[in-house]
Amino acid sequence: MKRLVVEDIEKCVGCGLCMFACSRRSAKNPEIGNSSSAILPVSLSGFERGATVIFCRACEEPPCAQVCPSGALKPKKGGGVVYVENLCLGCHYCVEACTLNAIFVREDGKIAVCIHCGYCADYCPHGVIAYKEVEA
Amino acid sequence: MRDAVLIIDLDNYTYEVEHRPELFEKWLGGTGVAVQLMREHMNPKADPLSPENVIVFATGPLTPAYPLASKTVAMFKSPLTGNLGESHAGGRTAVSIAAAGYGAIVIKGASKKPVYLVVENDKVYFRDGRVLWGIPDSLIVGRIIAENEPGRGTRTMMRIGGAGEKLVRYSCVTTETYRHFGRLGLGAVFGSKKLKALIVRGRKKYLPTDAKKYREVYDEIYKIAIESDAMKKYHLLGTAANVIPLNELKALPTRNLKAARFERAEDISGEALAEYNLGRRIACSHCPVACIHLAALRLPYENEPYFFRTIMISYDYELIYSLGSMLGIGNRDDLLRLIHRVETYGLDAMSTGVCLAWATEALERGIVGEKDTLVKLAFGDVEGYLKAIDFIYEQPTEFYKHLAMGVSHAAEVYGGKEFALAFGGNEMPGYHTGYAAVLNYLIGMRHSHLDSAGYSLDQKAKELSPEETIDRLIEEESWRQTLSSLVVCFFARGIYTPEVISKALEPLSHSISPDELKKLGNEIYREKARLKVDLGFNLDELSIPKRIFETPSLHGKLSEDFVRKALDYYRKKLREML
Repeated sequence: MKRLVVEDIEKCVGCGLCMFACSRRSAKNPEIGNSSSAILPVSLSGFERGATVIFCRACEEPPCAQVCPSGALKPKKGGGVVYVENLCLGCHYCVEACTLNAIFVREDGKIAVCIHCGYCADYCPHGVIAYKEVEA
Repeated sequence: MRDAVLIIDLDNYTYEVEHRPELFEKWLGGTGVAVQLMREHMNPKADPLSPENVIVFATGPLTPAYPLASKTVAMFKSPLTGNLGESHAGGRTAVSIAAAGYGAIVIKGASKKPVYLVVENDKVYFRDGRVLWGIPDSLIVGRIIAENEPGRGTRTMMRIGGAGEKLVRYSCVTTETYRHFGRLGLGAVFGSKKLKALIVRGRKKYLPTDAKKYREVYDEIYKIAIESDAMKKYHLLGTAANVIPLNELKALPTRNLKAARFERAEDISGEALAEYNLGRRIACSHCPVACIHLAALRLPYENEPYFFRTIMISYDYELIYSLGSMLGIGNRDDLLRLIHRVETYGLDAMSTGVCLAWATEALERGIVGEKDTLVKLAFGDVEGYLKAIDFIYEQPTEFYKHLAMGVSHAAEVYGGKEFALAFGGNEMPGYHTGYAAVLNYLIGMRHSHLDSAGYSLDQKAKELSPEETIDRLIEEESWRQTLSSLVVCFFARGIYTPEVISKALEPLSHSISPDELKKLGNEIYREKARLKVDLGFNLDELSIPKRIFETPSLHGKLSEDFVRKALDYYRKKLREML
């Protein structure tokens, strides 16, 4: 199955193009800004020390889905989660549960989580992230 | 359309939000909007360091919709020149202001005690800044605030170092550690308002009115940015790529412009820095180019073997000129140490270098003595300059108090105006290319080389008359008003043509034709010129340091007569325009 992966974090320049791409991912309803973005490049206390890119790593037993009281987050076959937006209460239990801090709160209080669609990878100008086949 | 203006009042610790659709519709954003907000909020006679001065930060309609359009325009009354202050910076500032929901932020009044401000969506927090006040190192200030404030990865943090607190008239505001509202003394305005930092964060979304078209135009712009050569120069060596070409053209100001060619230019060139020091490259938000080049400097501890410290230092052409060739510094490590020291205090590198170059020559000529400078300043001697930078911040003697007010002021007090390299009160940038550059420094609204790129015109056209030169400079500066209202990075001006801009604005429900965009540039130019005149700008008061006419440029020795004719013509044009 295909997954979003980090190829070489040392090449991350912190431009955030992945983050903006994530907001545009819906062809029907692209957004401008970072509200619905589910990926976040951050520095290690200053980009001179390097970067890290935060997004869902598609856990086999996702803690976020386990704490979701409304069934908005469901484990996906092969890892990761499916997000059913209209079931989401905005309780943010999932935000607390994720060890990677990879669940983000949107402007409207609901959440954003990476579903490994790979749209962002096409906009990484420096080959930091890639969308590729991995073993399940 | 983003039409909210956040107005923060430091006198009373209050704030309000105004929605101004008509303002943004007419003037786009950035420079265009900032000029109008300055008009509305500031008394033109205000003392720049009094609470009456106003700071405007304005972003444009292309932020954060498209790449290469993430700059913020800061406008204020300059404590360095006493006239219009305008400075642009990248980093994450524009994107964060947009994410918090604002087109512009206006800061008025002055706090009684040190504060720092946090803007989070529709709230403003006035935070106690007393503990941070007095920390001279802007890097440390940044780190402390970063530990205390959320928003990692999406916030912007604009702050001053010690130079701003001490009201050095050419202190800057640093954002995201390596980008600066560098010129004309915004740092001192922050300092006078007891404002140590401004943090902005948010998570607002915007929707295009035409989803399909928006994604198409985005991809088109992204593709040009990635695949064409339009930005290759900035991508590879960064702006430091200019060192060798300008030196070869005899246009690289050296040792206070006693020469325009530096024999050690290769040692401090973009090529040499890339080969020996380049440690990492980083980008402004939403920019694939990553022109910010960081040098890794490894410094040993002299008395402690096997102890080293490695610091990362952002370098650009202007810094290499002002703290390198201008000071006769040809050793890369020395140059990087000077850049780092200037960065620490939050000084403008160009102004600092020019001030030190003048001070060195003034000492050589005996118009000032070592009792004034406290240290023997000599071209090429890094240790003296490092100490002198400390003294610009500490101001231990009358001499440094004056030097902290700019080179024009210092030369007014001590003499040596003929080699005090400033124009309209702003220290010169690193291009001694010819008439267009000199005229650009004189008549440019910010007295900045970026106003109208005279240095570039000098390289492209050699046979222009005084009148043609002025016309070309006004034309370029007018178009740049449109770009800096959008606000597009000037490095991407080759990508954002009038046609592309018009196309990009359409799915954002902003319909404006390429021709209208050009006309708007002329209008903003006129509005800005009016503001500048209201603030007291007088062409007749401009003086030109004689040194400019003594040292041959790319165009050979420059004649005063040519410059005078050009200025007469500009005076006429300006009168017609106003």
